[in-house]
Amino acid sequence: MLIKQISIFIENKSGRLADITKLLGENGVNILALSIADTTDFGILRLIVSNPDAAEQLVKDYGLTAKATEVIGISIPHVPGGLASALAVLNEHNIGIEYMYAFVTRSADNAMVILKVGDNYEAIKVLAQAGVKILSKDDLASL
Amino acid sequence: MGSFWDRENECMTRDRLHDLQSKRLVALVKRVYTNVPYYRNKMHEKGLVPEDIKSVEDLEKLPFTTKQDLRETYPFGLFASPLDEIVRVHASSGTTGKQTVVGYTQNDISLWSELMARCFAMTGADKTSRIQVSYGYGLFTGGLGAHYGAERIGAVTIPTSSGNTQRQITIMQDFGTTVLCCTPSYALYLAETMEEMGIKPDDIKLKAGVFGAEPWTESMRVEIEERLKIKAHDIYGLSEIMGPGVSMDCVCQKGLHVWEDHFIPEIINPNTGETLPAKTNGELVFTTLTKEGFPLIRYRTRDVSSLDYDVCECGRTMARMAKPSGRTDDMLIIRGVNVFPSQIESVLLEMGETSPHYMIIVDRVGTLDTIEIQVELTPDMVSDEVKKIEDLENRIKKNIESILGLSAKITLVESKTIQRSEGKAKRVIDKRKK
Repeated sequence: MLIKQISIFIENKSGRLADITKLLGENGVNILALSIADTTDFGILRLIVSNPDAAEQLVKDYGLTAKATEVIGISIPHVPGGLASALAVLNEHNIGIEYMYAFVTRSADNAMVILKVGDNYEAIKVLAQAGVKILSKDDLASL
Repeated sequence: MGSFWDRENECMTRDRLHDLQSKRLVALVKRVYTNVPYYRNKMHEKGLVPEDIKSVEDLEKLPFTTKQDLRETYPFGLFASPLDEIVRVHASSGTTGKQTVVGYTQNDISLWSELMARCFAMTGADKTSRIQVSYGYGLFTGGLGAHYGAERIGAVTIPTSSGNTQRQITIMQDFGTTVLCCTPSYALYLAETMEEMGIKPDDIKLKAGVFGAEPWTESMRVEIEERLKIKAHDIYGLSEIMGPGVSMDCVCQKGLHVWEDHFIPEIINPNTGETLPAKTNGELVFTTLTKEGFPLIRYRTRDVSSLDYDVCECGRTMARMAKPSGRTDDMLIIRGVNVFPSQIESVLLEMGETSPHYMIIVDRVGTLDTIEIQVELTPDMVSDEVKKIEDLENRIKKNIESILGLSAKITLVESKTIQRSEGKAKRVIDKRKK
Protein backbone atom coordinates (compact mmCIF):
# COMPACT_ATOMS: atom_id res chain seq x y z
CA MET A 1 0.00 0.00 0.00
CA LEU A 2 3.01 2.24 0.07
CA ILE A 3 3.54 4.87 -2.55
CA LYS A 4 6.84 5.62 -4.21
CA GLN A 5 8.04 9.17 -3.81
CA ILE A 6 11.01 10.53 -5.74
CA SER A 7 13.29 12.83 -3.74
CA ILE A 8 15.71 14.99 -5.69
CA PHE A 9 18.56 16.92 -4.07
CA ILE A 10 18.91 20.33 -5.68
CA GLU A 11 21.37 23.10 -5.04
CA ASN A 12 19.94 26.56 -4.55
CA LYS A 13 20.62 27.73 -8.07
CA SER A 14 18.11 29.65 -10.11
CA GLY A 15 16.56 27.69 -12.95
CA ARG A 16 17.10 24.32 -11.34
CA LEU A 17 13.41 23.64 -10.64
CA ALA A 18 12.45 24.82 -14.10
CA ASP A 19 14.98 22.40 -15.65
CA ILE A 20 13.75 19.42 -13.69
CA THR A 21 10.04 20.00 -14.25
CA LYS A 22 10.75 20.54 -17.95
CA LEU A 23 12.56 17.20 -18.11
CA LEU A 24 9.62 15.44 -16.48
CA GLY A 25 7.08 17.15 -18.70
CA GLU A 26 8.90 16.35 -21.91
CA ASN A 27 8.99 12.69 -20.93
CA GLY A 28 5.32 12.39 -20.14
CA VAL A 29 5.65 12.30 -16.37
CA ASN A 30 2.68 13.95 -14.71
CA ILE A 31 3.28 15.47 -11.30
CA LEU A 32 0.43 14.67 -8.94
CA ALA A 33 1.84 16.30 -5.85
CA LEU A 34 5.05 17.91 -4.72
CA SER A 35 6.70 19.58 -1.80
CA ILE A 36 10.04 21.26 -1.32
CA ALA A 37 12.04 21.26 1.89
CA ASP A 38 14.66 23.95 1.71
CA THR A 39 17.65 25.27 3.62
CA THR A 40 19.85 28.20 2.65
CA ASP A 41 22.13 25.97 0.58
CA PHE A 42 19.98 23.26 -0.88
CA GLY A 43 16.47 21.94 -1.29
CA ILE A 44 14.87 18.54 -1.50
CA LEU A 45 12.18 18.27 -4.12
CA ARG A 46 9.71 15.51 -3.28
CA LEU A 47 7.49 14.30 -6.06
CA ILE A 48 4.51 12.01 -6.39
CA VAL A 49 4.10 11.25 -10.07
CA SER A 50 1.83 9.27 -12.36
CA ASN A 51 4.48 6.66 -13.26
CA PRO A 52 7.11 6.57 -10.52
CA ASP A 53 9.27 3.70 -11.81
CA ALA A 54 9.79 5.34 -15.18
CA ALA A 55 10.31 8.72 -13.52
CA GLU A 56 12.94 7.32 -11.16
CA GLN A 57 14.87 5.85 -14.06
CA LEU A 58 14.51 9.07 -16.00
CA VAL A 59 15.93 11.37 -13.32
CA LYS A 60 18.76 8.97 -12.52
CA ASP A 61 19.71 8.61 -16.18
CA TYR A 62 19.68 12.37 -16.43
CA GLY A 63 22.27 12.48 -13.63
CA LEU A 64 20.12 14.04 -10.94
CA THR A 65 21.01 13.27 -7.35
CA ALA A 66 17.80 11.41 -6.62
CA LYS A 67 16.44 8.57 -4.56
CA ALA A 68 13.09 6.83 -4.21
CA THR A 69 11.47 6.52 -0.79
CA GLU A 70 8.20 5.04 0.34
CA VAL A 71 5.46 7.16 1.81
CA ILE A 72 1.82 6.75 2.74
CA GLY A 73 -1.03 8.36 0.85
CA ILE A 74 -4.40 8.81 2.49
CA SER A 75 -7.69 10.13 1.29
CA ILE A 76 -9.67 12.17 3.76
CA PRO A 77 -13.04 13.91 3.65
CA HIS A 78 -12.66 17.44 2.34
CA VAL A 79 -14.37 18.97 5.39
CA PRO A 80 -13.20 20.88 8.47
CA GLY A 81 -11.54 18.46 10.87
CA GLY A 82 -10.93 15.84 8.19
CA LEU A 83 -7.16 15.91 8.55
CA ALA A 84 -7.28 16.34 12.30
CA SER A 85 -9.11 13.08 12.87
CA ALA A 86 -6.61 11.11 10.76
CA LEU A 87 -3.64 12.63 12.54
CA ALA A 88 -5.23 12.00 15.92
CA VAL A 89 -5.06 8.29 15.14
CA LEU A 90 -1.32 8.46 14.58
CA ASN A 91 -0.82 10.51 17.70
CA GLU A 92 -2.75 8.00 19.80
CA HIS A 93 -0.32 5.33 18.64
CA ASN A 94 2.76 7.47 19.16
CA ILE A 95 3.68 7.49 15.49
CA GLY A 96 5.70 10.60 14.69
CA ILE A 97 5.29 12.44 11.42
CA GLU A 98 8.51 13.39 9.64
CA TYR A 99 6.71 15.55 7.11
CA MET A 100 3.47 15.71 5.16
CA TYR A 101 1.90 17.56 2.33
CA ALA A 102 -1.61 17.72 0.95
CA PHE A 103 -3.07 18.02 -2.50
CA VAL A 104 -6.54 18.27 -3.91
CA THR A 105 -7.85 16.32 -6.83
CA ARG A 106 -10.62 16.76 -9.30
CA SER A 107 -12.97 15.11 -6.87
CA ALA A 108 -14.22 17.85 -4.60
CA ASP A 109 -15.27 15.44 -1.87
CA ASN A 110 -11.87 14.22 -0.80
CA ALA A 111 -8.40 15.64 -0.22
CA MET A 112 -5.26 13.60 -0.51
CA VAL A 113 -2.43 13.73 2.00
CA ILE A 114 1.08 12.30 1.68
CA LEU A 115 2.65 11.30 4.98
CA LYS A 116 6.15 10.28 5.95
CA VAL A 117 6.16 8.69 9.38
CA GLY A 118 8.55 6.81 11.61
CA ASP A 119 6.96 3.43 11.01
CA ASN A 120 5.07 3.08 7.73
CA TYR A 121 3.53 -0.34 8.36
CA GLU A 122 2.31 0.43 11.82
CA ALA A 123 0.84 3.70 10.55
CA ILE A 124 -1.03 1.98 7.73
CA LYS A 125 -2.39 -0.59 10.13
CA VAL A 126 -3.74 1.90 12.65
CA LEU A 127 -5.08 4.28 10.01
CA ALA A 128 -6.90 1.48 8.22
CA GLN A 129 -8.33 0.22 11.51
CA ALA A 130 -9.66 3.72 12.16
CA GLY A 131 -11.34 3.70 8.74
CA VAL A 132 -9.00 6.12 6.98
CA LYS A 133 -8.70 5.33 3.30
CA ILE A 134 -5.18 4.46 2.29
CA LEU A 135 -4.27 5.29 -1.30
CA SER A 136 -2.73 2.61 -3.44
CA LYS A 137 -0.50 2.95 -6.46
CA ASP A 138 -3.50 2.26 -8.66
CA ASP A 139 -5.57 4.91 -6.93
CA LEU A 140 -2.92 7.44 -7.82
CA ALA A 141 -2.55 6.20 -11.37
CA SER A 142 -6.25 6.75 -11.93
CA LEU A 143 -6.16 10.34 -10.72
CA MET B 1 66.77 51.69 14.04
CA GLY B 2 67.71 48.08 14.20
CA SER B 3 70.58 46.61 16.14
CA PHE B 4 72.65 43.46 16.46
CA TRP B 5 72.32 40.66 18.98
CA ASP B 6 75.43 38.80 17.84
CA ARG B 7 77.28 41.14 15.48
CA GLU B 8 80.36 38.96 15.26
CA ASN B 9 78.50 35.97 13.87
CA GLU B 10 75.85 37.89 11.94
CA CYS B 11 78.55 39.80 10.04
CA MET B 12 81.31 37.18 9.75
CA THR B 13 83.18 37.09 6.45
CA ARG B 14 81.91 34.67 3.82
CA ASP B 15 85.25 32.84 4.02
CA ARG B 16 84.94 32.28 7.72
CA LEU B 17 81.31 31.28 7.24
CA HIS B 18 82.35 28.78 4.58
CA ASP B 19 84.83 27.13 6.92
CA LEU B 20 82.37 27.08 9.80
CA GLN B 21 79.63 25.55 7.63
CA SER B 22 82.02 22.91 6.29
CA LYS B 23 83.17 21.93 9.75
CA ARG B 24 79.59 21.75 11.02
CA LEU B 25 78.33 19.85 7.97
CA VAL B 26 80.97 17.16 8.35
CA ALA B 27 80.02 16.72 12.00
CA LEU B 28 76.31 16.69 11.18
CA VAL B 29 76.62 14.00 8.53
CA LYS B 30 78.62 11.82 10.89
CA ARG B 31 76.03 12.30 13.59
CA VAL B 32 72.94 11.44 11.54
CA TYR B 33 74.77 8.51 9.90
CA THR B 34 75.55 7.09 13.32
CA ASN B 35 72.30 7.93 15.11
CA VAL B 36 69.55 7.76 12.49
CA PRO B 37 69.19 4.41 10.67
CA TYR B 38 66.85 5.99 8.15
CA TYR B 39 69.51 8.48 7.08
CA ARG B 40 72.18 5.80 7.09
CA ASN B 41 70.09 3.76 4.64
CA LYS B 42 69.43 6.78 2.47
CA MET B 43 73.16 7.45 2.27
CA HIS B 44 73.92 3.82 1.51
CA GLU B 45 71.43 3.90 -1.33
CA LYS B 46 73.48 6.70 -2.85
CA GLY B 47 76.72 4.84 -2.11
CA LEU B 48 77.80 7.45 0.43
CA VAL B 49 79.71 7.18 3.67
CA PRO B 50 80.32 10.14 6.01
CA GLU B 51 83.93 10.46 4.84
CA ASP B 52 82.64 11.49 1.38
CA ILE B 53 81.48 14.80 2.83
CA LYS B 54 84.48 17.03 3.43
CA SER B 55 83.09 20.55 2.92
CA VAL B 56 79.95 22.44 1.89
CA GLU B 57 80.96 21.80 -1.73
CA ASP B 58 79.97 18.15 -1.13
CA LEU B 59 76.46 19.07 0.04
CA GLU B 60 74.99 18.30 -3.39
CA LYS B 61 76.05 14.67 -3.06
CA LEU B 62 73.65 14.18 -0.16
CA PRO B 63 70.09 12.97 -0.71
CA PHE B 64 67.11 15.27 -0.17
CA THR B 65 64.73 14.85 2.73
CA THR B 66 61.01 15.32 2.02
CA LYS B 67 57.76 15.47 3.94
CA GLN B 68 57.26 11.86 2.79
CA ASP B 69 60.38 10.83 4.73
CA LEU B 70 58.94 12.50 7.81
CA ARG B 71 55.72 10.59 7.34
CA GLU B 72 57.46 7.26 6.96
CA THR B 73 59.40 7.80 10.15
CA TYR B 74 56.45 9.11 12.18
CA PRO B 75 56.62 9.97 14.99
CA PHE B 76 60.22 9.85 16.23
CA GLY B 77 62.14 7.96 13.54
CA LEU B 78 64.29 10.88 12.42
CA PHE B 79 65.26 12.00 15.92
CA ALA B 80 69.02 11.97 16.29
CA SER B 81 69.07 12.20 20.07
CA PRO B 82 67.68 9.63 22.50
CA LEU B 83 64.23 10.60 23.76
CA ASP B 84 65.49 11.26 27.28
CA GLU B 85 67.51 14.15 25.87
CA ILE B 86 64.48 15.55 24.06
CA VAL B 87 62.82 18.24 26.15
CA ARG B 88 60.09 19.37 23.81
CA VAL B 89 58.15 18.39 20.71
CA HIS B 90 56.15 20.49 18.28
CA ALA B 91 53.99 19.29 15.41
CA SER B 92 52.50 20.61 12.24
CA SER B 93 49.96 19.24 9.83
CA GLY B 94 51.02 16.46 7.49
CA THR B 95 49.64 15.76 4.05
CA THR B 96 47.13 13.08 4.97
CA GLY B 97 46.16 13.80 8.52
CA LYS B 98 49.23 12.46 10.29
CA GLN B 99 51.16 15.21 11.99
CA THR B 100 54.80 15.99 11.36
CA VAL B 101 56.56 15.73 14.72
CA VAL B 102 59.79 17.52 15.56
CA GLY B 103 61.88 17.27 18.73
CA TYR B 104 64.24 19.62 20.53
CA THR B 105 67.00 19.04 23.03
CA GLN B 106 67.83 21.65 25.67
CA ASN B 107 70.58 22.93 23.36
CA ASP B 108 68.13 23.17 20.46
CA ILE B 109 65.75 25.30 22.53
CA SER B 110 68.69 27.47 23.49
CA LEU B 111 69.79 27.83 19.86
CA TRP B 112 66.25 28.67 18.80
CA SER B 113 66.02 31.34 21.54
CA GLU B 114 69.35 32.74 20.39
CA LEU B 115 68.32 32.98 16.75
CA MET B 116 64.94 34.50 17.65
CA ALA B 117 66.86 37.01 19.78
CA ARG B 118 68.85 37.98 16.65
CA CYS B 119 65.53 38.49 14.87
CA PHE B 120 64.09 40.68 17.60
CA ALA B 121 67.28 42.74 17.78
CA MET B 122 66.92 43.44 14.05
CA THR B 123 63.71 45.34 14.85
CA GLY B 124 65.61 47.47 17.33
CA ALA B 125 64.19 45.60 20.31
CA ASP B 126 66.25 45.09 23.48
CA LYS B 127 65.69 44.44 27.17
CA THR B 128 63.69 47.65 27.49
CA SER B 129 61.16 46.35 24.96
CA ARG B 130 57.78 44.80 25.63
CA ILE B 131 57.06 42.01 23.22
CA GLN B 132 53.52 40.75 22.80
CA VAL B 133 53.36 37.24 21.35
CA SER B 134 50.00 36.82 19.64
CA TYR B 135 50.99 33.68 17.77
CA GLY B 136 49.19 30.60 19.01
CA TYR B 137 50.92 28.71 21.82
CA GLY B 138 50.87 24.95 21.58
CA LEU B 139 52.03 22.34 19.12
CA PHE B 140 52.40 25.14 16.59
CA THR B 141 55.93 26.58 16.85
CA GLY B 142 54.93 30.25 16.47
CA GLY B 143 54.00 31.12 20.04
CA LEU B 144 56.68 29.36 22.04
CA GLY B 145 59.39 30.10 19.46
CA ALA B 146 58.83 33.84 19.64
CA HIS B 147 58.33 33.63 23.40
CA TYR B 148 61.75 32.16 24.18
CA GLY B 149 63.49 34.64 21.88
CA ALA B 150 61.74 37.56 23.56
CA GLU B 151 62.83 36.30 26.96
CA ARG B 152 66.37 35.75 25.68
CA ILE B 153 66.82 39.41 24.78
CA GLY B 154 65.42 40.28 28.19
CA ALA B 155 62.29 42.03 27.00
CA VAL B 156 59.08 41.98 28.99
CA THR B 157 57.41 39.04 27.28
CA ILE B 158 53.62 39.17 27.05
CA PRO B 159 52.28 35.72 26.07
CA THR B 160 48.77 36.64 24.95
CA SER B 161 48.60 33.81 22.39
CA SER B 162 46.05 34.22 19.61
CA GLY B 163 42.43 35.29 19.77
CA ASN B 164 40.33 37.62 21.95
CA THR B 165 41.16 40.66 19.85
CA GLN B 166 39.77 43.39 22.08
CA ARG B 167 41.72 42.06 25.05
CA GLN B 168 44.86 41.96 22.89
CA ILE B 169 44.40 45.65 22.14
CA THR B 170 43.68 46.58 25.74
CA ILE B 171 46.84 44.77 26.84
CA MET B 172 48.82 46.44 24.08
CA GLN B 173 47.62 49.81 25.33
CA ASP B 174 47.89 49.19 29.08
CA PHE B 175 51.18 47.25 29.08
CA GLY B 176 52.87 49.51 26.54
CA THR B 177 53.68 46.80 23.99
CA THR B 178 56.46 47.89 21.64
CA VAL B 179 56.81 44.78 19.44
CA LEU B 180 53.92 42.65 18.21
CA CYS B 181 54.29 39.09 16.89
CA CYS B 182 51.41 37.57 14.92
CA THR B 183 50.30 36.62 11.42
CA PRO B 184 50.12 39.57 9.01
CA SER B 185 46.39 39.07 8.45
CA TYR B 186 45.83 39.18 12.20
CA ALA B 187 47.87 42.39 12.38
CA LEU B 188 45.48 43.94 9.89
CA TYR B 189 42.52 42.66 11.86
CA LEU B 190 43.97 44.19 15.02
CA ALA B 191 44.41 47.49 13.17
CA GLU B 192 40.79 47.38 12.04
CA THR B 193 39.50 46.55 15.50
CA MET B 194 41.59 49.35 17.00
CA GLU B 195 39.99 51.79 14.60
CA GLU B 196 36.55 50.51 15.60
CA MET B 197 37.46 50.97 19.27
CA GLY B 198 38.55 54.52 18.51
CA ILE B 199 42.21 53.87 19.36
CA LYS B 200 44.74 55.69 17.20
CA PRO B 201 48.28 54.49 16.45
CA ASP B 202 49.58 57.39 18.57
CA ASP B 203 47.68 56.06 21.59
CA ILE B 204 49.88 52.94 21.68
CA LYS B 205 53.63 52.48 21.90
CA LEU B 206 53.98 49.88 19.18
CA LYS B 207 57.13 50.37 17.07
CA ALA B 208 57.62 47.15 15.17
CA GLY B 209 55.88 43.96 14.17
CA VAL B 210 57.32 40.50 13.54
CA PHE B 211 54.86 38.93 11.14
CA GLY B 212 54.89 35.52 9.51
CA ALA B 213 53.45 31.99 9.38
CA GLU B 214 51.50 32.78 6.21
CA PRO B 215 52.23 34.30 2.80
CA TRP B 216 51.71 38.04 2.49
CA THR B 217 52.41 40.66 -0.09
CA GLU B 218 54.38 43.89 -0.17
CA SER B 219 51.11 45.80 -0.44
CA MET B 220 49.93 44.18 2.79
CA ARG B 221 53.16 45.28 4.42
CA VAL B 222 52.59 48.88 3.30
CA GLU B 223 49.03 48.74 4.61
CA ILE B 224 50.06 47.37 8.02
CA GLU B 225 52.87 49.91 8.34
CA GLU B 226 50.56 52.80 7.51
CA ARG B 227 47.65 51.75 9.66
CA LEU B 228 49.65 50.84 12.76
CA LYS B 229 52.51 53.31 12.12
CA ILE B 230 55.14 50.64 12.71
CA LYS B 231 57.90 48.87 10.85
CA ALA B 232 56.61 45.50 9.68
CA HIS B 233 59.24 42.74 9.53
CA ASP B 234 58.79 39.49 7.67
CA ILE B 235 59.81 36.40 9.61
CA TYR B 236 60.15 32.94 8.08
CA GLY B 237 60.43 29.49 9.52
CA LEU B 238 59.00 26.02 9.47
CA SER B 239 58.78 23.57 12.29
CA GLU B 240 60.79 20.94 10.43
CA ILE B 241 63.81 23.25 10.35
CA MET B 242 63.26 24.90 13.74
CA GLY B 243 60.19 27.13 13.73
CA PRO B 244 60.05 30.92 13.33
CA GLY B 245 63.43 32.60 13.13
CA VAL B 246 65.10 30.59 10.37
CA SER B 247 65.24 33.93 8.58
CA MET B 248 63.88 37.46 8.91
CA ASP B 249 64.30 40.76 7.14
CA CYS B 250 66.27 43.61 8.68
CA VAL B 251 65.29 47.29 8.57
CA CYS B 252 66.41 47.46 4.93
CA GLN B 253 63.56 45.06 4.06
CA LYS B 254 65.42 43.70 1.06
CA GLY B 255 65.10 40.00 1.70
CA LEU B 256 65.17 37.79 4.76
CA HIS B 257 68.56 37.06 6.34
CA VAL B 258 69.03 33.32 6.74
CA TRP B 259 71.11 32.43 9.82
CA GLU B 260 73.63 30.60 7.68
CA ASP B 261 75.93 29.66 10.52
CA HIS B 262 73.13 27.26 11.55
CA PHE B 263 71.19 26.57 8.35
CA ILE B 264 72.50 26.14 4.81
CA PRO B 265 69.94 27.31 2.27
CA GLU B 266 69.93 26.09 -1.32
CA ILE B 267 67.69 26.78 -4.28
CA ILE B 268 66.95 23.82 -6.54
CA ASN B 269 64.98 23.09 -9.65
CA PRO B 270 61.97 21.28 -8.15
CA ASN B 271 61.68 18.95 -11.15
CA THR B 272 65.30 17.90 -11.59
CA GLY B 273 66.74 18.51 -8.12
CA GLU B 274 69.63 20.41 -9.69
CA THR B 275 71.09 23.29 -7.65
CA LEU B 276 70.40 26.73 -9.10
CA PRO B 277 72.64 29.81 -9.03
CA ALA B 278 72.07 32.85 -6.78
CA LYS B 279 69.19 35.20 -7.58
CA THR B 280 67.36 32.46 -9.47
CA ASN B 281 63.87 31.33 -8.44
CA GLY B 282 63.42 27.74 -7.38
CA GLU B 283 62.55 25.53 -4.43
CA LEU B 284 64.10 26.44 -1.13
CA VAL B 285 66.03 23.64 0.60
CA PHE B 286 67.55 23.74 4.09
CA THR B 287 70.18 21.72 5.92
CA THR B 288 70.28 22.23 9.69
CA LEU B 289 73.90 22.41 10.80
CA THR B 290 73.72 22.47 14.56
CA LYS B 291 70.39 21.03 15.63
CA GLU B 292 70.69 17.95 17.83
CA GLY B 293 67.24 16.47 18.30
CA PHE B 294 65.88 16.73 14.80
CA PRO B 295 68.58 17.55 12.26
CA LEU B 296 67.54 17.52 8.60
CA ILE B 297 69.69 17.18 5.53
CA ARG B 298 68.60 19.04 2.40
CA TYR B 299 64.98 19.33 3.44
CA ARG B 300 62.74 20.36 0.58
CA THR B 301 60.48 23.12 1.91
CA ARG B 302 58.29 23.34 -1.23
CA ASP B 303 58.49 27.12 -0.85
CA VAL B 304 59.55 29.06 -3.94
CA SER B 305 62.24 31.67 -3.30
CA SER B 306 65.70 32.83 -4.41
CA LEU B 307 68.95 33.65 -2.60
CA ASP B 308 71.08 36.78 -2.66
CA TYR B 309 74.61 36.53 -1.21
CA ASP B 310 75.56 40.21 -1.60
CA VAL B 311 76.42 41.93 1.66
CA CYS B 312 73.37 43.82 2.91
CA GLU B 313 73.32 47.56 3.61
CA CYS B 314 72.79 46.68 7.27
CA GLY B 315 76.23 45.06 7.31
CA ARG B 316 75.09 41.47 7.70
CA THR B 317 76.85 38.96 5.48
CA MET B 318 74.16 36.34 5.90
CA ALA B 319 72.42 35.50 2.62
CA ARG B 320 68.98 36.94 2.03
CA MET B 321 66.13 34.82 0.73
CA ALA B 322 63.31 36.45 -1.20
CA LYS B 323 59.87 36.44 0.40
CA PRO B 324 58.44 33.06 -0.69
CA SER B 325 56.33 33.63 -3.77
CA GLY B 326 54.45 30.34 -3.88
CA ARG B 327 54.59 26.60 -3.37
CA THR B 328 55.77 23.72 -5.50
CA ASP B 329 53.07 21.51 -3.98
CA ASP B 330 49.40 22.17 -3.36
CA MET B 331 49.67 23.24 0.28
CA LEU B 332 47.47 26.15 1.24
CA ILE B 333 48.00 28.42 4.20
CA ILE B 334 44.69 29.51 5.66
CA ARG B 335 44.63 31.74 8.74
CA GLY B 336 48.20 30.61 9.40
CA VAL B 337 47.25 26.92 9.28
CA ASN B 338 48.83 24.60 6.72
CA VAL B 339 46.18 22.79 4.71
CA PHE B 340 46.78 20.04 2.18
CA PRO B 341 43.86 19.18 -0.11
CA SER B 342 44.76 15.52 0.44
CA GLN B 343 43.77 15.88 4.11
CA ILE B 344 40.25 16.77 3.05
CA GLU B 345 40.17 13.90 0.60
CA SER B 346 41.22 11.44 3.30
CA VAL B 347 38.42 12.64 5.58
CA LEU B 348 35.84 12.13 2.84
CA LEU B 349 37.17 8.73 1.84
CA GLU B 350 37.25 7.59 5.43
CA MET B 351 33.65 8.66 5.99
CA GLY B 352 32.63 6.99 2.74
CA GLU B 353 29.28 8.74 2.66
CA THR B 354 29.87 11.15 -0.16
CA SER B 355 31.76 10.95 -3.41
CA PRO B 356 35.47 11.75 -2.96
CA HIS B 357 35.05 14.67 -5.35
CA TYR B 358 35.42 18.04 -3.72
CA MET B 359 36.44 21.60 -4.42
CA ILE B 360 38.12 23.94 -1.96
CA ILE B 361 37.28 27.61 -2.30
CA VAL B 362 39.51 29.97 -0.37
CA ASP B 363 38.70 33.64 -0.13
CA ARG B 364 39.49 36.59 2.04
CA VAL B 365 36.61 38.51 3.55
CA GLY B 366 37.90 41.72 5.04
CA THR B 367 41.18 40.58 6.54
CA LEU B 368 40.24 37.01 7.39
CA ASP B 369 40.61 33.95 5.22
CA THR B 370 37.54 31.85 4.61
CA ILE B 371 37.41 28.28 3.41
CA GLU B 372 34.47 26.57 1.81
CA ILE B 373 34.53 22.93 0.81
CA GLN B 374 32.06 21.76 -1.77
CA VAL B 375 31.36 18.06 -1.56
CA GLU B 376 29.42 15.98 -4.01
CA LEU B 377 26.48 14.09 -2.64
CA THR B 378 25.93 10.62 -4.13
CA PRO B 379 22.39 9.47 -5.02
CA ASP B 380 22.69 6.84 -2.26
CA MET B 381 23.06 9.53 0.34
CA VAL B 382 20.11 11.61 -0.79
CA SER B 383 17.41 11.61 1.79
CA ASP B 384 13.89 12.87 1.61
CA GLU B 385 14.54 14.40 5.01
CA VAL B 386 16.45 17.66 5.34
CA LYS B 387 17.75 16.83 8.79
CA LYS B 388 19.54 13.72 7.54
CA ILE B 389 21.41 15.71 4.91
CA GLU B 390 22.17 18.48 7.37
CA ASP B 391 23.41 15.87 9.79
CA LEU B 392 25.82 14.56 7.14
CA GLU B 393 26.96 18.12 6.45
CA ASN B 394 27.64 18.68 10.16
CA ARG B 395 29.56 15.45 10.52
CA ILE B 396 31.80 16.32 7.56
CA LYS B 397 32.35 19.75 9.09
CA LYS B 398 33.29 18.27 12.45
CA ASN B 399 35.67 15.68 10.98
CA ILE B 400 37.37 18.25 8.77
CA GLU B 401 37.73 20.63 11.67
CA SER B 402 39.37 17.98 13.81
CA ILE B 403 41.88 17.13 11.09
CA LEU B 404 42.65 20.65 9.87
CA GLY B 405 42.22 22.50 13.15
CA LEU B 406 40.23 24.97 11.12
CA SER B 407 36.51 25.53 10.71
CA ALA B 408 35.31 25.27 7.12
CA LYS B 409 31.95 25.88 5.53
CA ILE B 410 30.67 22.67 3.97
CA THR B 411 28.41 22.92 0.96
CA LEU B 412 26.89 19.75 -0.47
CA VAL B 413 26.43 19.87 -4.21
CA GLU B 414 24.64 17.66 -6.71
CA SER B 415 26.45 14.57 -7.93
CA LYS B 416 28.77 14.81 -10.93
CA THR B 417 28.79 18.60 -10.89
CA ILE B 418 32.38 19.02 -9.73
CA GLN B 419 34.71 19.13 -12.66
CA ARG B 420 36.54 15.87 -13.41
CA SER B 421 39.90 15.95 -15.02
CA GLU B 422 42.08 13.40 -16.69
CA GLY B 423 45.33 14.47 -15.14
CA LYS B 424 45.88 16.21 -11.84
CA ALA B 425 42.48 17.29 -10.60
CA LYS B 426 41.97 20.94 -9.88
CA ARG B 427 40.86 20.94 -6.29
CA VAL B 428 41.41 24.49 -5.20
CA ILE B 429 40.07 27.88 -6.18
CA ASP B 430 42.03 30.55 -4.33
CA LYS B 431 40.31 33.89 -4.70
CA ARG B 432 42.63 35.72 -2.30
CA LYS B 433 44.53 38.61 -3.82
CA LYS B 434 48.03 37.62 -4.83
